[in-house]
Amino acid sequence: MAVDRVSMKHGAGGRAMRSLIQDVFLRLAAPVDGIGLSALDDGAAIRVGDRWLVLTTDSHVVHPIFFPGGDIGRLSVCGTVNDLAMMGATEPLALTCAVILEEGFPRADLERIRDSILEACRESGAPIVTGDTKVMGRGEIDGIVLNTAGVALAERVVTDAGLRPGDRILVTGTVGDHGMAVMTRRHALGLEGDLRSDVAPLNGLVREALRAGGDEVVAMKDPTRGGLASVLHEMAGKGGVGIVLDEPAVPVNPEVRAAGEVLGIDPLVVANEGKAVLGVRAAAAGRVLAAIQAHPLGRRAAIVGTATAERPGQVILDTGLGRRMLAEPEGEPLPRIC
Amino acid sequence: MAGSLDELKFRDPVKARALADALRREVELVGRSPVSIMHVCGSHEQAIARFGLRAVFPPALDVIMGPGCPVCVTDTPEVDEAVALALQGVRVCTYGDMLRLPGTSRSLADAQAEGGRVEVVYSPVQAVELARRHPAEPVVFFASGFETTAVATAAVVLAGVPDNLSVLSSHKYVPAAMDLVADQEETAIEGFVAAGHAAAITGWGIFEPFAARTRTPVVVAGFEPLDVLAAVVELVRLLRLGRPEVVNCYPRCVSRDGNRPALEKLWRVFEVVPGNWRGIARIPRGNLELRPEWDRLNARRRFRIDTAAVGGAGRNVLAERCICGAIMSGLARPTGCALFGKECRPESPVGACMVSSEGSCRIWHVYGGPPDLRGVA
Repeated sequence: MAVDRVSMKHGAGGRAMRSLIQDVFLRLAAPVDGIGLSALDDGAAIRVGDRWLVLTTDSHVVHPIFFPGGDIGRLSVCGTVNDLAMMGATEPLALTCAVILEEGFPRADLERIRDSILEACRESGAPIVTGDTKVMGRGEIDGIVLNTAGVALAERVVTDAGLRPGDRILVTGTVGDHGMAVMTRRHALGLEGDLRSDVAPLNGLVREALRAGGDEVVAMKDPTRGGLASVLHEMAGKGGVGIVLDEPAVPVNPEVRAAGEVLGIDPLVVANEGKAVLGVRAAAAGRVLAAIQAHPLGRRAAIVGTATAERPGQVILDTGLGRRMLAEPEGEPLPRIC
Repeated sequence: MAGSLDELKFRDPVKARALADALRREVELVGRSPVSIMHVCGSHEQAIARFGLRAVFPPALDVIMGPGCPVCVTDTPEVDEAVALALQGVRVCTYGDMLRLPGTSRSLADAQAEGGRVEVVYSPVQAVELARRHPAEPVVFFASGFETTAVATAAVVLAGVPDNLSVLSSHKYVPAAMDLVADQEETAIEGFVAAGHAAAITGWGIFEPFAARTRTPVVVAGFEPLDVLAAVVELVRLLRLGRPEVVNCYPRCVSRDGNRPALEKLWRVFEVVPGNWRGIARIPRGNLELRPEWDRLNARRRFRIDTAAVGGAGRNVLAERCICGAIMSGLARPTGCALFGKECRPESPVGACMVSSEGSCRIWHVYGGPPDLRGVA
């Protein structure tokens, strides 16, 4: 349905955002030797000789700027490093960093953000090599907007379209941590307990997974906005398979589960910034799981689902008590009233 | 800690299977099809849909959601009042679900986009905090919900609120919802599952006159999947035995007399008045309004609310095809609506049932569309 104004839901990572991108921006897609805009993947991959140049860009806005477990600086580096890693490019060559600041932004906050950018660069081994700074008037933007872009070379590209019936779905750890931590802070809900963002660079973990699984790792995507539910829909749609998700097998921290119960928000649709979803051929699933679990960021990894030939494009949730369809998230989840 | 233990206790798949078996036996013993029962609470529909329970209900059992969403039954003129106040420059705060509820020409979200100051709060306490932060401005709390949230509004009112805060009540009264359905001539409903959280306040005794008058059994249920399954088994058993009784299947939270201090607070602040429920009818005891002694807090008394200014922007062709009223009355299903999941979706809702997270259309849609997966491998 065409709308004549952009609204917040168009940035929430769900169906509304996808249709805006398809309706407006897809016309920019040009043919490339490799994976370009029309694939709507985490990034692009251009064939250069017998290797792939992988590149991606990401703008970051988050409210609040500082949240339990991280801040906008850490988020902006990890987001780009992870987008590269999800294409199979685990050795980032270089990042760019552009910042737009609101007049009056505290210098101390800016330095704190710079320090966490630096820290995340060290963790991921990704150097920042160029940047840009702009300032806008008070009220013209909300504090700070960060954009990062990244490039890397890869021997093989992993898309999010490679699932076949019988493949196993893995997640690399607990889901819902980032979004729930930010949401409870943003809405000042005053929930007690240790809700912390999981924001972290995943290239090291993905490197281990690819080393163990090789070509049998057939799909990867990081479940950011829209959460695990959104990623599974995308993988099911692009791969032309159905997916049965075994809900009791999905790792969720008790604090996140409790906050979700209170707010009426399903952790399956909540954003993550330090997790990946992998599609793996069944024969390699155990081996890849073991490799991920051996990595410090993957200790709680689990096999959570299976691709099926039935119901292509759809995701069925087995709750352990019954079964239902898992809907594709539409927009930003909002806490309910009663 | 207790919470996580409870969760395990009331989501045990083995017990769920045993209850599903018991339910199948009870429905077979009734020996008719369909056996139609109704719950009147969005949170029950949430539990049923969320856990995929319709996949284990026997085909002969029809579990229907009735008018159990206070946001959905909030009438267009009530939304118009809040919209008019926001456009008159009053700071309006309300629960998130109310934001996109359609008024005659605009929702509160539309009013916000036009420059009205509209804020989402999660409790009446946050409304008080908002008023304290803006002492020089009039602030109105557009209050919605059944007894459960009306008690919270009452508690805040009795604790004393800043002079600049008023209440615009669209609170609704649960027992009216069941009367409405039972008294419909077309109704096929043979028994009711009553909402455990509302009963925790009113007490289960409040349903006894209803059961006696309508010769319909009522079972009070909690919200975990095993609570719902156990209550449905008990309700079908009462039907089979022909016993129009009230049974409390939620004794860990609900007593016969309810929460007396909460009830005392509720009735000191609110009284039951007639009200229109969106798409359904005028309900004689449907609304909760501030008692006259609280006129100084009542936005309807304090402000001249010009709803004419936000009315009539031509006819809404889509809205005329919406069957929310029939759905809330239990006479139709979301999947029976031509707009469901097509023109009417959570991001562009046509009817109130798609707006609120307690609305049946929204719940069915959020939990994957037609909830019956009995045919799915």
